[in-house]
Amino acid sequence: MALKDITLGQYFPGHTILHRMDPRTKILLTTLYIVALFLCKQVVSYALVIAVLAGAVAISHVGLKSIVRGMRPVLIIVILTAVLNLFYTPGQELWRWGFLRITVEGIWAAVFMVLRITLLITCTFLLTYTTSPILLTDGLEKLLSPLKHLRFPVHELAMMMSIALRFIPTLIEETDKIMSAQRARGADFDSGNLIQKAQALVPLLVPLFISAFRRADELAVAMECRCYHGGEGRTRMRQLHFQRADCAALVLGVALVAAVSVLRHFGL
Amino acid sequence: MEPILQTHQLSHVYSQGTPFERAALLDVEFAAYPGEYLGIIGHTGSGKSTLIQHLNGLLKPTGGQVLFEGKDIWETKERTRQTRFQVGLVFQYPEYQLFEETIYKDISFGPRNMGLPEEEIDRRVREAAHFVGLRDELLERSPFELSGGQKRRVAIAGVIAMEPKVLILDEPTAGLDPVGVEQILQNIRDYHEANNATIILVSHSMEEVARTVDRLVVVNDGTIPFEGPPREVFRHGEELEAMGLGVPQMTRVFHRLRSMGVDIDPSVYTIAQARQVLLDALKRKGAV
Repeated sequence: MALKDITLGQYFPGHTILHRMDPRTKILLTTLYIVALFLCKQVVSYALVIAVLAGAVAISHVGLKSIVRGMRPVLIIVILTAVLNLFYTPGQELWRWGFLRITVEGIWAAVFMVLRITLLITCTFLLTYTTSPILLTDGLEKLLSPLKHLRFPVHELAMMMSIALRFIPTLIEETDKIMSAQRARGADFDSGNLIQKAQALVPLLVPLFISAFRRADELAVAMECRCYHGGEGRTRMRQLHFQRADCAALVLGVALVAAVSVLRHFGL
Repeated sequence: MEPILQTHQLSHVYSQGTPFERAALLDVEFAAYPGEYLGIIGHTGSGKSTLIQHLNGLLKPTGGQVLFEGKDIWETKERTRQTRFQVGLVFQYPEYQLFEETIYKDISFGPRNMGLPEEEIDRRVREAAHFVGLRDELLERSPFELSGGQKRRVAIAGVIAMEPKVLILDEPTAGLDPVGVEQILQNIRDYHEANNATIILVSHSMEEVARTVDRLVVVNDGTIPFEGPPREVFRHGEELEAMGLGVPQMTRVFHRLRSMGVDIDPSVYTIAQARQVLLDALKRKGAV
């Protein structure tokens, strides 16, 4: 597998209503959704949150395949949580072998835990799949801007984030290139024991670090050449505006949290 | 003659099954013969880099085959690895892959991976360094103290030290000054002559390849529209321009002469050829 195929948190360009929505709305909606998710207790409320997310995925035109592929790196965590919940939840016993036992409560806990993690990851993926990294950091900066009054360096943080995000694909590409170049000289990154594998990384990491420092230097010079001096009095090329759709979506988000709280109150 | 390196219906699709899916190569039939000096030319994004990364097994074809000395290079894992030593590939800006403390150690990385005995490694490192014009006393210095052009020559020596039968170089002269360009091209010619190796020079500069290669392969949109000796390829002047590949200036002048109604062969690209063609044309007119 080439490094390029990793889709963790990648942006999929598109023109759906989810793509066009204000990034602040999407960040808030994701937060509301996570709150709702953690308020869920029983089958009915889970069914509701699943239905909502399924609807959002359908609207976004992000293929189910991409979402499943994105889940792959966290699969181990999901399985581990499921197994731990399955065997270590006290309650009405169904099956026992030595110290291992499965309870009715354990099965439910495992199912809910897996659902919770899957939904949590899918909804954050949906955010990054439908929002370009630049818009995402713009939205975050705007949302966090009240913290400026507490002397919290919001702009600097957002700038660091956008630079970091901007350079992830570049660094991945660079890694790919250096790996190919060293492979062409017979380097072997895949076989051998742990120590051999770690040693095999030296020909990759040294050039990678050198080029990362070089890039950082060049970027700093380029920014200074254009008189960058922080966030004070800076205007934006892209102004963020709330639309009617954003308000409607936020109302729906709040409604979802309210609905789940009510269901929770009735133990559903 | 049997080709030393050959592709058969080679196709490559990047990011298959995602919205970013893109075909970089389509049913490419490519062949390189023992001892020839071959040029691959194509503009950025034409698929030429993808093609050369298939030739030494760095990329696996999504369709078709790559044959080295008649056998599929993906037959076994060992065969793929051996092919990488036999088909040396120098990437673009190879100086960015240097990593060792000394130039000697960096050049010896390839031969050491081949599992050669120490004396053989030593011989190859010194010979490769000699080919690219690095003096012996430089070998114990750090590669990071060198100038850009020297670094590049160290990196090229690192591939030459594996003594590959086929040496592929992707834009080896990019970003160098004219003297540096001439030195590198001379180093490559020396290796070609001394080892009777096959050289594949990838470039987007027609002027550069026209002067050096025996045969030219044009890559455009993942296919090979033209190939043959430079003179034959340059007959397609207009098509080449449409692909964003300028023909050498000399050829352009003669194409213009022809379109102005002068009965002349437009495929020349050196001064000697131009002189010959002009003299012939004048003779026909009875002027000389």
